[in-house]
Amino acid sequence: MSRYLLDKFLFTVDRDPELVERYRTDPVGLVEWWEAEMANRILGATTGEQSTWLAFTDDEREALRTHDHVALFGMGAHPFLTLTLFIAMFERDHGPMEYQRAYGAALAHVTLPYPDIST
Amino acid sequence: MATVCAVIASTHHPFYYRASTATGDDRPPFADAWVEKIERFRETLTAARPDVLVMVGSDHFHQLWLDNMPQFLVGKAPAYDANWYNEEREFGLPRLHLAGEEQLSAHILRQGLDSGFDLAFSNELRIDHSITCPIITLRPEADLPIVPIYTNIFAPPLPPPWRFVELGKQIRTMVESWPSDQRVAIIGTGHLSLELGGPRQFGPQGPDPEFDRRAVDWIARGDLTGCLEEVTLDSLHLPGNATHGFMDFMLMMGAAGDGVAADHVDSLDLFHTMEAYFTWYPGGDPR
Repeated sequence: MSRYLLDKFLFTVDRDPELVERYRTDPVGLVEWWEAEMANRILGATTGEQSTWLAFTDDEREALRTHDHVALFGMGAHPFLTLTLFIAMFERDHGPMEYQRAYGAALAHVTLPYPDIST
Repeated sequence: MATVCAVIASTHHPFYYRASTATGDDRPPFADAWVEKIERFRETLTAARPDVLVMVGSDHFHQLWLDNMPQFLVGKAPAYDANWYNEEREFGLPRLHLAGEEQLSAHILRQGLDSGFDLAFSNELRIDHSITCPIITLRPEADLPIVPIYTNIFAPPLPPPWRFVELGKQIRTMVESWPSDQRVAIIGTGHLSLELGGPRQFGPQGPDPEFDRRAVDWIARGDLTGCLEEVTLDSLHLPGNATHGFMDFMLMMGAAGDGVAADHVDSLDLFHTMEAYFTWYPGGDPR
């Protein structure tokens, strides 16, 4: 489990309009590119310094490749990050609040306590 | 010494700006009632005649990130840009620019560190809607210098509720010991029950109206004892998965004073979450 890396993916994609569109239209390609180029980038370093050890598990990679917000919730990805990014990608295809309600309804089977989101 | 002319606690609803400025068919049916309540709330700050605003909020993973996450952070800069691309995208929030009150920032940092709060600081901080929402609702002219203070209600492990209360008390003490003749309003925003990204989000009301009713009662009466008896990091998961933002209300109860009832109390039951607005006047109600 690498909740931190899932969150790092959601965070860096959501904050970049170009990446939001690439993730919407080509999730498999974007996830492959991101894991190769971005997963180990130290975001606070200005000189391109890299970490050496960050990688998705197969389940995490698959959840991201398939836009599976229910699986991401179950893995403990930060719900605010997932929601914000998925609204950016898919709200446009729906009526007012329709997507947000469907997003919640897809999680209706979830009971308390929710998965741990601590990193 | 500086005067605390008002202590104000509020929810920060990013949809207010769009709802209040929408016209025609785009204007939601609840907008007029919402604007009316906000304008009444705004009058409580205007009546206090503030010169400086200390603004307590929480970064929503904009500038603060998990590779270097402070629990409590004070901005110390001559200016603050405000709002981010994804807040424009989702909420239609405008970009803002606010002046900073660096002397008060420096005073709070020094006094905080000397009194046992290991406050982080930032000399270049772009603030987000936790602080710009109350600017839009309470001081839309955005013409007063600010000291932003961020709390971590978002990325566990979080500080416990009592620590928020203690910081609120300390902020009040620190502002009152600032060698200045300025009138300072301490404004903080948080949440009542709230669910984001979970099964209880975007319902016809907030996810836990009973928690909201009790929370408004605690805040309105300044009932820190009752609140601290019941609210824990664990208990806040129950009303909704983003309800830890309530700890910023607890911080403001600390700033207002234990057992001190608010001079202005209002709330609005909306879809998704309840809005709530509180003002205390430490020196007496100027209205």
